[in-house]
Amino acid sequence: MEMVMSESMVENTSQVEGRAIPEQTIGDIHVDNPRMTARHVDVFYGDKQAIDNISLDIGVSQVISFIGPSGCGKSTFLRCLNRMNDTIDICQVGGEIKIDEQNIYDPMIDVVSLRARVGMVFQKPNPFPKSIFDNIAYGPRIHGLAASKVELDQIVESSLQRAGLWEEVKDRLDQPGTGLSGGQQQRLCIARAIAVSPEVILMDEPCSALDPIATAKVEELIHELREQYTIVIVTHSMQQAARVSDRTAYFHLGRLVEVGDTKQVFTNPKHELTQDYITGRFG
Amino acid sequence: MTDRPYQGLDPQKAAERVAASIHLRKRKETRFVWLGKTAVAIALGFLVLLFAGILSKGIPGLFQYYVTLDLKLDAQQLDPSGQMTAESLAEGDFDGVIRSSLYQALGNPEGRKAKREARRLISSGSSQRLMNYVLDNPDQLGSTVSIQFAVDDDVDTFLRGLISRDTPEADRRISNQLIDYIDALNAQGRVSYQISDYLFFGSASRDAEMAGIRGALVGSILTLLVCIAIAFPLGVATAVYLEEMAPKNRLTEIIEININNLAAVPSVVFGIMGLAIFIVAFGMPRSIPLVGGIVLALMTLPTIIISSRAAIRAVPPSIRDAALGVGASKMQTIMHHVLPLAMPGMLTGTIIGMAQALGETAPLLMIGMVAFIVDVPGGVTDPGTVLPVQIFMWADFAERMFIQKTSAAIIVLLAFLISMNAAAILLRKKLERRW
Repeated sequence: MEMVMSESMVENTSQVEGRAIPEQTIGDIHVDNPRMTARHVDVFYGDKQAIDNISLDIGVSQVISFIGPSGCGKSTFLRCLNRMNDTIDICQVGGEIKIDEQNIYDPMIDVVSLRARVGMVFQKPNPFPKSIFDNIAYGPRIHGLAASKVELDQIVESSLQRAGLWEEVKDRLDQPGTGLSGGQQQRLCIARAIAVSPEVILMDEPCSALDPIATAKVEELIHELREQYTIVIVTHSMQQAARVSDRTAYFHLGRLVEVGDTKQVFTNPKHELTQDYITGRFG
Repeated sequence: MTDRPYQGLDPQKAAERVAASIHLRKRKETRFVWLGKTAVAIALGFLVLLFAGILSKGIPGLFQYYVTLDLKLDAQQLDPSGQMTAESLAEGDFDGVIRSSLYQALGNPEGRKAKREARRLISSGSSQRLMNYVLDNPDQLGSTVSIQFAVDDDVDTFLRGLISRDTPEADRRISNQLIDYIDALNAQGRVSYQISDYLFFGSASRDAEMAGIRGALVGSILTLLVCIAIAFPLGVATAVYLEEMAPKNRLTEIIEININNLAAVPSVVFGIMGLAIFIVAFGMPRSIPLVGGIVLALMTLPTIIISSRAAIRAVPPSIRDAALGVGASKMQTIMHHVLPLAMPGMLTGTIIGMAQALGETAPLLMIGMVAFIVDVPGGVTDPGTVLPVQIFMWADFAERMFIQKTSAAIIVLLAFLISMNAAAILLRKKLERRW
């Protein structure tokens, strides 16, 4: 909830330190092979507007990172992509978000099936207070993904292997997931997300609660996962964005200011706000 | 001085002022600690007084005096028709058998008055006890057996030393003749002081020496079973709906306020409501544990709902996010994650509610559970009473022995309560998980 509160504090000004926030996003919001497309998305928390007319494509097998100062709406926008904002009563989403040409806010769409296709990893590692095995097996179980016990075992093992956790936990699958270290817990959560074979994985500052070594492991993991999944990552660390992502989107006060190839955004930002942010003048 | 602007306090000066203020703070702290300690000590003192009072009165109440008689079980006299059933035994002369044995032990007193005094020695319920013995041991018919009978409550009171020999005969409840008989039996070693089986296996009775709590205990258990079977699922379901699903609007707000108000309604009001609705409107019988349980369930509902909601609210939102994030539906999130994590807290609320219900008297008086019922209830639709009401009734009786029985019943009630709580705490510990 705290995060939501801070992000709703978008001020009614389009001027920051004398620099205008552009009405139109700079850079190409389109990609050749989009998995998800967002058009003219507005988000309101009650009367406060948190997201103002954002349009963006998210490409297949790409890592896109959302950066920007606190309260810029990047997490809010991320949570629109799998309708996690539905849990907040006062939150209203306008515009259109499609996954594979299907509108995810269509009343006919079941949010359960959407979240099976768009998985999520949260800021703080949040394993269930259950065994490591049950943590991974929970998703496949509720979606009926495994036809047999053997298949379920296979899903658990392969998920843990892809999350790079198998070697560390294979002898203690029956022990509580909450007993792992912070970094291991976060990789467990990633394994839990990929166990239901999603198309997109949303990561909301996945490394902000981890130490540098655990962070390095998670980043390595993101590198390996990009082959199979589309990954959207919100991060406060510009180095992380630069290291892991193919595209970078810079958010400011609820608007998408600039988007482009990560290399271009970090070496040759087109808007002054982006430049100020990545050079550390504010944020 | 200089015209320099204020630069903040000089560190040295600041340190001095802090040192001065520390002394004051420490004194305040010490005073507060002492206040707390005194409060705890006073509370503990009262608790000790309470327990000492109950135990010192109640433990003697768990025991009573018995007299052992040698009885010749004559088949012809006890079971004239020879069928050995409860009906045929009812025609037998059990009183006669006991009487003759008693007279023999007392050296065969002569005269009506002497015999009448002798008969006052033992409890009037002794023939029933002998009948039960014969029913349970039919093969003993024809032989001579030793059986213990409770002494009359006045004799019991005398044996405890609460009636003095020095009081003039006219002022005490037992005669000189009776005292002589008691002495005679004592000399023969026939009088014994032991744990009262009447207390635990007997039911309500006007005779203090035969009064027992079995009926009330069974009534309490049945009533609580009905109560928990209704209140727990209803309370948890209400809490889950209000906390997880209900829209936050004016209607749910009103419901919420009313539930909180309901927790403060005097319990006797629930009794009147039970009387008006279940007994008068629905025509259910009076005095039955079913109605008692329903009324107590309504009374404990707000307690369970309020604590269950607190327990649900205490489940970290991150767990909900995690479940929703892998695609669990709202219902699955609640059933698989929220409820198991909230269960220990919900159980705590339920224990408190049940403890309240166990000790409740007023609403049960309204629905007639105060009736004098000798039979032990066999089901929730049999008339019965409950422990606190039984205690309430006994405390009202004049006989001295009922004071001890009352205290003994209070001990049983407390033991029941403590064991119930202990069981619930164990259950909670088992369910408790860390996250």
